Amino acid sequence: MSEPLPTSSPPPPEARRRTLSLLARASADELRAAWDALPAKPEVKPVRGPETGLVMVRGRIGGGGGPFNLGEATVTRATVLLGSGTAGHAHALGTDKAKARLGAIFDALWQEEQTRPYVESRLLAPVAARIEAEDRKLAEETAATRVDFFTMVRGDD
Amino acid sequence: MYVAVKGGETAIDAAHRLLADRRRGDRSLPSLTIEQIAEQLALAVDRVMAEASLYDRTLAALAIRQSRGDLIEAIFLLRAYRTTLPRLGTSAPVDTAQMKIERRISATYKDLPGGQVLGPTFDYTHRLLDPSLLADEGVDEPLRKEPLAGATTRVSDILAGEGLIEHDGMLPEDQPPGDLTREPMEFPMGRDLRLQALARGDEGFLLALGYSTQRGYGRNHPFVGEIRIGEVDVELDLPELGFAVSLGRIQVTECQMVNQFKGSAKAPPQFTRGYGLVFGQSERKAMSMSLVDRALRAEELGEDVTAPAQDEEFVISHADNVQATGFVEHLKLPHYVDFQAELALVRKMRADIGATAGESNGPVSEAAE
Repeated sequence: MSEPLPTSSPPPPEARRRTLSLLARASADELRAAWDALPAKPEVKPVRGPETGLVMVRGRIGGGGGPFNLGEATVTRATVLLGSGTAGHAHALGTDKAKARLGAIFDALWQEEQTRPYVESRLLAPVAARIEAEDRKLAEETAATRVDFFTMVRGDD
Repeated sequence: MYVAVKGGETAIDAAHRLLADRRRGDRSLPSLTIEQIAEQLALAVDRVMAEASLYDRTLAALAIRQSRGDLIEAIFLLRAYRTTLPRLGTSAPVDTAQMKIERRISATYKDLPGGQVLGPTFDYTHRLLDPSLLADEGVDEPLRKEPLAGATTRVSDILAGEGLIEHDGMLPEDQPPGDLTREPMEFPMGRDLRLQALARGDEGFLLALGYSTQRGYGRNHPFVGEIRIGEVDVELDLPELGFAVSLGRIQVTECQMVNQFKGSAKAPPQFTRGYGLVFGQSERKAMSMSLVDRALRAEELGEDVTAPAQDEEFVISHADNVQATGFVEHLKLPHYVDFQAELALVRKMRADIGATAGESNGPVSEAAE
């Protein structure tokens, strides 16, 4: 019989990575709806930001060679501290400061065991489902434009 | 004599107020929204993002609206905006092999993994004006089809399997790529810096130079190995967390140009490559960029440098349309004093010639005097 995990154990980095990536892709509306529906709002202290800056996006020469600087993208980030002491981070493309602040709050809530199920079911799962549906739609629409070559066969004399 | 020029403020204020009025146009028509520009003039937005070297659809759409559709003015606005922001970091190189493909074509292989996928292209349209767009008629939903399973292999990897093509351009290990926005340009420059300059360069300028290589000014026998358009993940390493996170996706266009190469003392005959990578959906720009990238490698590949497109300093120094606009348009600013000096000089030269020839010119009075 396995020991129950101690409640303070941090979630594995791979799961946190997935959470932060989904929070970056969440729309401001999705984040706001999840916040409005949250039964007990935590106390939130801003630590950094929300602030907008630039990230230099790199490409690779030839697609897979040495890196080069392609151009910049706007990125907005925020760090918050919950009343419980948990810190949350958010980084997302764009200039939406309210989105970054809510993203950081939900990152912190996700790290706490009692609120993680809420974040997973009310925010991350719907966002993941929306992204998957959008990707699926794009892939199917694109696939409909695939060329099916056929060769003209010359008749036998 | 230098005369301080004052007194333009009232006229300038009135001109700006008039500009705001003309930008808005007929008030009985609804104002364009940022969302409408981003959705329905998406390729103009893409061009502004690419040449401003700043990926942000909303801000690019705002710039287009503010500039009345003058795209170079919009690019200028976005460039000016970026100077107000701090640099938060540098992304991991985007992985175009993992792109969410919206279009992928190859002119070198008919059948290839992933297939030829046309996507939303102007190609094969008849270029006839469509009167139905004069009215706001409904548009059919796109068709759908089951996507192919499996990755969309890069054409360069197919050729590389046979050893017939040069590898992706490598830089020495641990050499960080140069950044034009941080250090002044110096020639000769590495391919990394050239690609950065070309990626933000003016589409028209690069198109003309690419065209010139096809017409014989630095010919390099190009084939479109592959063009792909789609979204890629942007990942940023966060030291405070100790791992990289995705910031979201951006759309890019990539062009792999495959070029003939007869070989040199150091290398056997094989295909060489030109590379284009541009923000947004911008096939013409990505193709032009890859043609010019290859042309600028002439010296590296032991070819004679004879044509404008092969001249690194010429190409890179003149590719930026914000710089070019600044210098060309500064000519309309007051040059009264400079011109007075030139006037005096021309008069003196004429007087000298007149004196030698024994002619006498009557007194002249100048409007500016």
